[in-house]
Amino acid sequence: MSFNPACLKNENLGKLVWPLVALFAIVVFNVIFTPGFFNLEIKDGRLFGSLIDILNRGAPVMLVSIGMTVVYATGGIDLSVGAVIAIAGAVAATIIRPDYVKGVIEYGEMAPLVTVIGVPLLLALLAGLWNGALVAYVGIQPIIATLILMVAGRGIAQLITEGKIVVFIHEPFQFIGGGFLLGLPVPIVIVAVMLLVTYLLTRKTALGLFIEAVGANPKASQYMGIRAQLIKIATYMFCALCAGIAGLIICSDIKAADANNAGLFLELDAIAAVIIGGTMWGGRFTVAGSMIGALIIQTLTTTILTRGIAPEVTLVFKALVIICVALIQSEAFRKILTGRLAKTEAGQS
Amino acid sequence: MPTTDAILEVRGLSKTFPGVKALQDVDFTLKKGEIHALMGQNGAGKSTLIKVITGLYKKDGGEMLLDGKPFECDSPEEAPKIGISTVYQEVNLIPNLSVAENIYLGRQPMRFGAIDWKTLNRNAAEAIKKLDLDIDVTQPVSSYSIAIQQLVAITRALDVKARILILDEPTSSLDAAETARLFDVLRKLKSEGIGIVFVTHFLGQVYDISDVITVLRNGRLVGVKSVDELPRLALIEMMLGKSADEVECVEKGAGEAGDAVDAECFLRVQGLGRRGAIRPFDMEIHKGEVLGLAGLLGSGRTEIARLLFGVDKAQEGRIFVKGQEARLTSPRKAISLGFALCPEDRKSEGIIADLTVRENIVLALQARTGIFRRLSPKKQEEIVDRYIKALDIKTSSPEQKVGDLSGGNQQKVIVARWLASNPDFLILDEPTRGIDVGAKAEIENLILHLSREGMAVLFISSELAEVIECSGRVAVLRDRVKVAELPREAINESNIMKAIAQTEGQ
Repeated sequence: MSFNPACLKNENLGKLVWPLVALFAIVVFNVIFTPGFFNLEIKDGRLFGSLIDILNRGAPVMLVSIGMTVVYATGGIDLSVGAVIAIAGAVAATIIRPDYVKGVIEYGEMAPLVTVIGVPLLLALLAGLWNGALVAYVGIQPIIATLILMVAGRGIAQLITEGKIVVFIHEPFQFIGGGFLLGLPVPIVIVAVMLLVTYLLTRKTALGLFIEAVGANPKASQYMGIRAQLIKIATYMFCALCAGIAGLIICSDIKAADANNAGLFLELDAIAAVIIGGTMWGGRFTVAGSMIGALIIQTLTTTILTRGIAPEVTLVFKALVIICVALIQSEAFRKILTGRLAKTEAGQS
Repeated sequence: MPTTDAILEVRGLSKTFPGVKALQDVDFTLKKGEIHALMGQNGAGKSTLIKVITGLYKKDGGEMLLDGKPFECDSPEEAPKIGISTVYQEVNLIPNLSVAENIYLGRQPMRFGAIDWKTLNRNAAEAIKKLDLDIDVTQPVSSYSIAIQQLVAITRALDVKARILILDEPTSSLDAAETARLFDVLRKLKSEGIGIVFVTHFLGQVYDISDVITVLRNGRLVGVKSVDELPRLALIEMMLGKSADEVECVEKGAGEAGDAVDAECFLRVQGLGRRGAIRPFDMEIHKGEVLGLAGLLGSGRTEIARLLFGVDKAQEGRIFVKGQEARLTSPRKAISLGFALCPEDRKSEGIIADLTVRENIVLALQARTGIFRRLSPKKQEEIVDRYIKALDIKTSSPEQKVGDLSGGNQQKVIVARWLASNPDFLILDEPTRGIDVGAKAEIENLILHLSREGMAVLFISSELAEVIECSGRVAVLRDRVKVAELPREAINESNIMKAIAQTEGQ
């Protein structure tokens, strides 16, 4: 990456060390206990294997984490991403089978892919605009402002599907969640594209710097002529767009819209990923760190499933790992730890 | 030095930061009932010394004795418990909490497991009264001026039964009357046997109040002298490490530079006003002119700056920029007209502490060029290098966090930020507050230099000498009213004082 190597070296890479260590530890655990963890097979020109699986399953978390990172950097948070995922899926499925909820089994005319994708994403952007406007112009605390849509959004999704799980068949749309491109599952390709777009948007323009400035000192930023409110709204819209895409992937993958469960608790995974990654609340952000955080969480989930541990335990386990990573990152905690070590050493000598 | 009645002794103290030896082998002794001034330029090590004593930093070498016994605070919370209280230069209060809550935060009087609000407020009112301050202690701290906040912070520090009181630049935002009030309090505390460490840049105040002066330079001890045996000139020489002839701070010939009334009028203001902030006033600022704003704290100086920069909206009046009527609806609008503001509150409105020096400097220019026309890293480097050199900003690298720089250097970064965006009109609100003598002179020279190059400057300062030195004209404010405007020939201390002191009707 050409963006200011000195800066990356000092701050970002330093921050990434601990998340990388944690990811590495989980991978090592898998290499030892899960046979064939690193195996990659090519069948019909498509890659298969545990690693690909993790990336594929992790695509929604990774996508939402990208958006959450920039929101978090402006000193905000977006609790509504899970709800936006549900809405996006519900709308897409309803466009494909408009009368399913009324008990009509027939599809009618097949909806064009552009509509199936475009309308949910537009609605997602609208959701982001709502969140952003509440935060930037009305001045509501982000956690409260986005809580509104978190609660109401899932309700809206349920209203759209009238509480039913809308199953469908739509070959072109199913490609998004289940297809392959260049030998890779499409969700992975989508994540890669979004990462590239985010990198270009934030680091090849001044947007990244403005986001960090607005997050770290909104008043000073405003006095410098930075449009803090617009930037905040843009980040919430971007975050909602990421959630919308994640919603389409999930919906397309399971060939159904489940307004109750799609993206449930995903906001928490995304927030955890961002924090593990080392982004500051209001200030410096690192999308790469959030990706590592998302991978930690997904690898953990997959590991637990493949080890045959009951899925109910997954959440507890996740919590433990997050606590560990957060503790390792905490300077105060490291100080206590090194202080203890130094004392015991001194005591022994 | 004999140390019989010494409360605090520091011997051979060293502290190193990456790339900087902040303190090298420094000795410092504070006796009971002594007011001890700690002097030195920016980066001399005063703040570091205080922060090591109070446990904010860990020492690398040397020893510290309290009453002859070695001590070391592991955290700043411990210091008050052993009798060392500190009031920092930048007010460290919680703006949303009331005055009383701030004074007793962390040691609230309790009753049946809940905070005893009655006692809390009564005690706070009493404590505040000791400083002859008459304010409502139940109001949030943010509703008072910085000066009053400073006094509240001192009240808080005093209330923990301190034996050692450390004051880091306590008077930098106080006016003469408030300073005198503070000094009365300090003398009283001194008579009670409290040792006071006093850090300031105001030479006059040092001679008013202190007994002993310790001078640091570049992290080393230069000397310890009692006030009587150290004339001012010698003190300045000790601080700067050079003789007085070299220190001739502000260039002579300032007059021609600041004086450009005949030049093109850049900004004309008619009847601009805002209720509660400033009564309607007229003002003109010409290209290449420095207009000084003099007046006591709270007289409306900052309010004028905020109106002119579009931070607060004027309720009446008209503004003409280069003859064209303009509406200042936001800072962004003001910036687009070529305005720039270095705000009074450096910490919360000026710097972005978590970002680097480079980022802080390029931000204003970048905001002007827009999101999609990012300045290339090479261009950024060029700009930053140029201003670090031109303003002599002391930083280990452009990638250092601005929050880690000293106050004077932070101020220079803010000035650099605006110079990089090449404004026509620069508003400087207390640019030299809390800055040492050397950096002050540099900033004053810079102002004159800029005006000579055609920039219009509005210069706000609490220090009359500074205003007189730099300005081509001076507008005098009193109680939120513009009361006088002095032309070049009439600018002197007595005229300004008279204007401030005059009663209604001329």
